[in-house]
Amino acid sequence: MRTMGLAGLDELVEALGRAGYEVFGPRVRDGAMVLAPISGVADLPRGVGDTQDAAHYRLRDRGDERLFGYATAVQGLKQVLFPSHELLWRARKTPIGFDVEEADATPPKPRAFLGARDCDLRALAVHDTVLASREYADKPYQQRRDGVFVVAVTCADPGGTCFCVSQGGSPKPQAGFDLSLTELLDDDGHRFLVEVGSERGAQILAEVSTAEAVAADTDAADALVATATASMGRTLDTEGLHDVMFASADSPHWDTVASRCLACTNCTLVCPTCFCTSVEDTTDLAMTTTERHRVWDSCFGARFSYIHGGVVRESGSSRYRQWITHKLAGYQDQFGLSGCVGCGRCITWCPAAIDITAEAAALRASLPATEEDLQTVGETR
Amino acid sequence: MTTTTTTPTVAVWKFASCDGCQLNLLNAEDELLDVAKAVTIAYFPEATRAMQDGPYDVSIVEGSITTPEEIERIKHVREISGKLITIGACATHGGIQALRNYADVEEYTSYVYASPEFIDTLETSTPISEHVHVDFELRGCPVDKYQLVEVISAFAQGRRPRIPTYSVCVECKRAGNICVPVAQGTPCLGPVTQAGCGAICPSFNRGCYACFGPQDSQNCHGMADRLMALGMTTEEMTRAYRTFNATCEPFQAESLRHERARKAGAEEVEA
Amino acid sequence: MTATDVAREATAPGPMAPRPYRVVARRQDTHDTATLDLIPLYGEQTRWRSGQFMMLYAFGVGEIAVSISGGALPGEPLRHTIRDVGAVSHALVTSRVGDVIGVRGPFGTSWDAMDAVGGDLMFIAGGIGLAPLRPSILEAVRRRGEFRHVILLYGSRPGEGFLFTDEIEDWERNHGFTVRQGVRAGLAEMTSREEFDPLRTLTLACGPDIMMEVAAKTLVGKGVPGEKVRLSMERSMHCGIGLCGHCQLREAFLCVDGPVFSYDQLVPLLATEEL
Repeated sequence: MRTMGLAGLDELVEALGRAGYEVFGPRVRDGAMVLAPISGVADLPRGVGDTQDAAHYRLRDRGDERLFGYATAVQGLKQVLFPSHELLWRARKTPIGFDVEEADATPPKPRAFLGARDCDLRALAVHDTVLASREYADKPYQQRRDGVFVVAVTCADPGGTCFCVSQGGSPKPQAGFDLSLTELLDDDGHRFLVEVGSERGAQILAEVSTAEAVAADTDAADALVATATASMGRTLDTEGLHDVMFASADSPHWDTVASRCLACTNCTLVCPTCFCTSVEDTTDLAMTTTERHRVWDSCFGARFSYIHGGVVRESGSSRYRQWITHKLAGYQDQFGLSGCVGCGRCITWCPAAIDITAEAAALRASLPATEEDLQTVGETR
Repeated sequence: MTTTTTTPTVAVWKFASCDGCQLNLLNAEDELLDVAKAVTIAYFPEATRAMQDGPYDVSIVEGSITTPEEIERIKHVREISGKLITIGACATHGGIQALRNYADVEEYTSYVYASPEFIDTLETSTPISEHVHVDFELRGCPVDKYQLVEVISAFAQGRRPRIPTYSVCVECKRAGNICVPVAQGTPCLGPVTQAGCGAICPSFNRGCYACFGPQDSQNCHGMADRLMALGMTTEEMTRAYRTFNATCEPFQAESLRHERARKAGAEEVEA
Repeated sequence: MTATDVAREATAPGPMAPRPYRVVARRQDTHDTATLDLIPLYGEQTRWRSGQFMMLYAFGVGEIAVSISGGALPGEPLRHTIRDVGAVSHALVTSRVGDVIGVRGPFGTSWDAMDAVGGDLMFIAGGIGLAPLRPSILEAVRRRGEFRHVILLYGSRPGEGFLFTDEIEDWERNHGFTVRQGVRAGLAEMTSREEFDPLRTLTLACGPDIMMEVAAKTLVGKGVPGEKVRLSMERSMHCGIGLCGHCQLREAFLCVDGPVFSYDQLVPLLATEEL
């Protein structure tokens, strides 16, 4: 393994630029950490941490020089790779009918993401499975996804709503990166331990000034990961969770959640794995040109389940049930993985402070079920 | 409704209102020429002195009903209109002037007018839909000009207007706004409010004032619980739900619940 | 194909973009329902299987999911029977011969009526639900000798009218179908009256959820295996390709895992309201 200093990180961003990438990294905007284009270390936050709890988010001064000292940015990579709004196609009337021209979502430059967390990368893997590995692939997603370069960073200071460890994640990026950094800040200086995850990663790293890592570096990184792992703000008991969720379909607890849930859609729109969309058509006044736009949508909206004659999920309780059951159970049947990566965004950004870990625990506790009952439920799926 | 050779005729009517919604049609400068091609503006005193007699294919109605004369006039408008669309919070929910519904109108007129005996007014300000059948209600104070053009286009083209009824939060998140209540502790009614404005206030780091009225799945009670947890009083809650859409059912029920609590001198509101 | 056709095929839109189709025939079935025959403006006619659906697009108005009501043999026009229930369906129902509409698809699972060969075949339709069954009914007519009893139970709401009345008469008179048809028909009761061998009967049902559920429960109660009762489910289909999420019913994407399911698969999904 190699190490590099702040100058090395700057060289890395430059090398990515030379290789043709548009580099995204963490930046502070409107009192929050957002993902935005960067051109060097100077653009990165320095000594900025965050405090997160249910319906509560504040940046804080860490009193140190850490560049990646926050837990999670407001959104994951989804905002770039699966944007909130895009044109799918444009159709024009012709003398004999109409012609359709599909939009090309290929970005002018491939994207590189600096600072992606393990939860971000596992969410990316979920989207890869959902959007690009089944019978029908999402072409615009693939066009954006192809050629993405990831510089991951170990999460040094998980937030109050984080529970990635419960969901099989780790503060230390496990897979899906080209390079992975662990930011070390101690008596030996401010430096990054670099792990190479791909051939492309090695090629880029070769253009950067690095030094051989010593035992003190790897020991410090291990200690940092161990501390971070032990400081998750939340936990989620995933043992048999799939069957707990399905068995809870008729639980009275849904009404309790619905009394607090505002059906505002925030949880779904900050979730890095939520993939539901709607199309919105626009038509010019002459009715000769029409466009189909795709936008993020949410199972919390009434129109979402509308068919002629009515709304399938009319009550707030049925919509919350749909969301959490899909996240924690339905994804497993559909895609063979959990829909939740434990990033905690849905907890932080819920204006009603509804906590997925607390609701899952409450549902589990309210089940009178014995082991046998749960097994029966599992068998009927 | 019309043949293919003539464009539908449109009339624009004003009742008790500030004209802001009509002005937004005139403000749609880029689209106005296309609108004028797609429809015939037959009656629009705010914009033109040229007036065609009715009946009209589509009537666009701004303002609420506040006088006995207006009740008769809206019935006439309905009779001479194919479709009737209301625009704005006044026409759709009674508007800011519906605050009188919670007060004594005689007392108000005595403060405002030197000779209140000349004022002939109703005790309430009511939405158009309380008096005649309305084909479509466009929300907002004022309405959004793009939504207004969309509604006119939809009626001209015989299709359903594409006006979303979900919350302001959807617009905020799509725009990449940072949630002001969560990140700044700013009270915001966005979660209970219908989208359409483009989340203007949160885009400028302010809370939402609910100009567009309730979203399709609002939980005003739950919203109030959260705002009070953030420190709002029952009096502030009453006022928050009593602005431009004070008479719409979910906002009204919630403002009354807090008003009763305040009058009872309790900070605890009934469940 | 002409050179222009080849060029157009080379840039053929993906599954998210509609292909233009011309309306070549139109028939008014009831006061609010019409059948359209469609052929593509460019390129080959699409192939489909009975029970599948298409996304139909009225230019500038919008798009809805509509089942295919025509036969699935090569060379047949794409046929849809559409009920006027909203803005898009209105635009489609009122389209005229020569008009061009957009088509995406076919999507979803099929009836597989041939699984009934050698046994009894029962069709249960509620209202417009007869339309998606028609491709399989035509298959049964064509291969009538391979089935024992073929039964059609068809109920409709008051004022809704009946579809394909001439054809139904033909199926009954010339192809040995047992037909029971009625307004507000008690389908469960009808089911219980019919002569069929529970262990050798395949049932294909399409109609309102509650009608299908009652019919399926009755049949299963009479000994028909749940896997031999197939229902076509309707939810909010938007993309048709399992990506947009609207049509989910717990773990099922109705547009790709359905619309045709066996009752066995649906039992846990129909047990809870608003799932």
